[in-house]
Amino acid sequence: MQTGLTDNDIIQLVRKGDQQAFAQLVTKYQNYVFTIILRYLPSREDAEEVAQDVFVKAYRSLGDFRGESKFSTWLYTITTTTCITFLRKNKLDVQSLDNEKVFAQADNMDGGMRANQVEQKSRVAMVNQAIKMLSPEDAQVITLFYKGEQSLDEIAQVLGQETNAVKVRLHRARQRLKEKMEKYFAQEVKDLAHY
Amino acid sequence: MNAHNNMETQLWEYIDGLSGADERSFIEGLIAADAEWRKKYEELLSFNAALHQDIEIDQPSMRFTRNVMEEIGRHQIAPATGSYINKKIIYGIAGFFLTLIVGFLIYAIGQIDWSVAPVNNTLPFNLPKIDTSKVFNNNYVNAFMIVNTVLGLMLLDRYLAQQRKHWKKEDA
Repeated sequence: MQTGLTDNDIIQLVRKGDQQAFAQLVTKYQNYVFTIILRYLPSREDAEEVAQDVFVKAYRSLGDFRGESKFSTWLYTITTTTCITFLRKNKLDVQSLDNEKVFAQADNMDGGMRANQVEQKSRVAMVNQAIKMLSPEDAQVITLFYKGEQSLDEIAQVLGQETNAVKVRLHRARQRLKEKMEKYFAQEVKDLAHY
Repeated sequence: MNAHNNMETQLWEYIDGLSGADERSFIEGLIAADAEWRKKYEELLSFNAALHQDIEIDQPSMRFTRNVMEEIGRHQIAPATGSYINKKIIYGIAGFFLTLIVGFLIYAIGQIDWSVAPVNNTLPFNLPKIDTSKVFNNNYVNAFMIVNTVLGLMLLDRYLAQQRKHWKKEDA
């Protein structure tokens, strides 16, 4: 495997017929794509199927990638549209736990052990649990901004929105996340303050 | 509450590096001088650090890359959209419709019998006697001017907002 190549170098190789070079892009971005899809879909099996579809679409459309944006931004745009198409096709509601009733149900399902587990949860688990309680759009914006190395302009491109709208969404998403953490993980938030 | 939200918004812009140079130094001054701003800044900063470090990225199954590559083996890169859209075909279609429209117009004009005089060649109104002052009085003119001024201001605001964004980028 060739290393030290940029995404654009790899794309050139693939376009010239080196299909196996595409595996480098798959390996590099599969976790990010999979995570974004999981923000929308509850089932890991469905998410994996959609992720595979995203990479196949990206491969087939490589001829249209003009390099005007980052490859990752282009790929995340395909990811978002594929996710939305999947949800529409399967008539699934957008997986949103942005509602205390649903969270309470999930809480009861886990039984009494959950309370103890929550107490033992690390800060990492707390942050990720709280993100799962957000709406998919809020969770996606936070994921793209903090983990996807996407600027606000790039996120706007991925979501097909204005940069200012994305800025407001990010601000509100962080506010909601903080509120969830303060509500459900009060002790951990106190610890975080000393972090 | 509004002031609190405003403080958070400004601090997030500062932390995200979206503030302009002037705004940045203004906020730095506030953080240095005001205990409330400093406390909020530290709180948001540690929350921001937690988000950077603690958000987990999920992993698909171990076979994922292999599955994708096997699937891709059955496909080929589609030619770029620009390469298979032939401009000559587009121009040809446009030419066909233009010719059709012009042809119909010529045919329609050719059907008119110009020798027949119009049944009634007087207008249904007497043009010189129309009282325009009923329509173009002060109220109508004022309303027209106000609408135009508002539209003008909206356009100016949009232009300045774009310029501001551009300057901010340059400052950053």
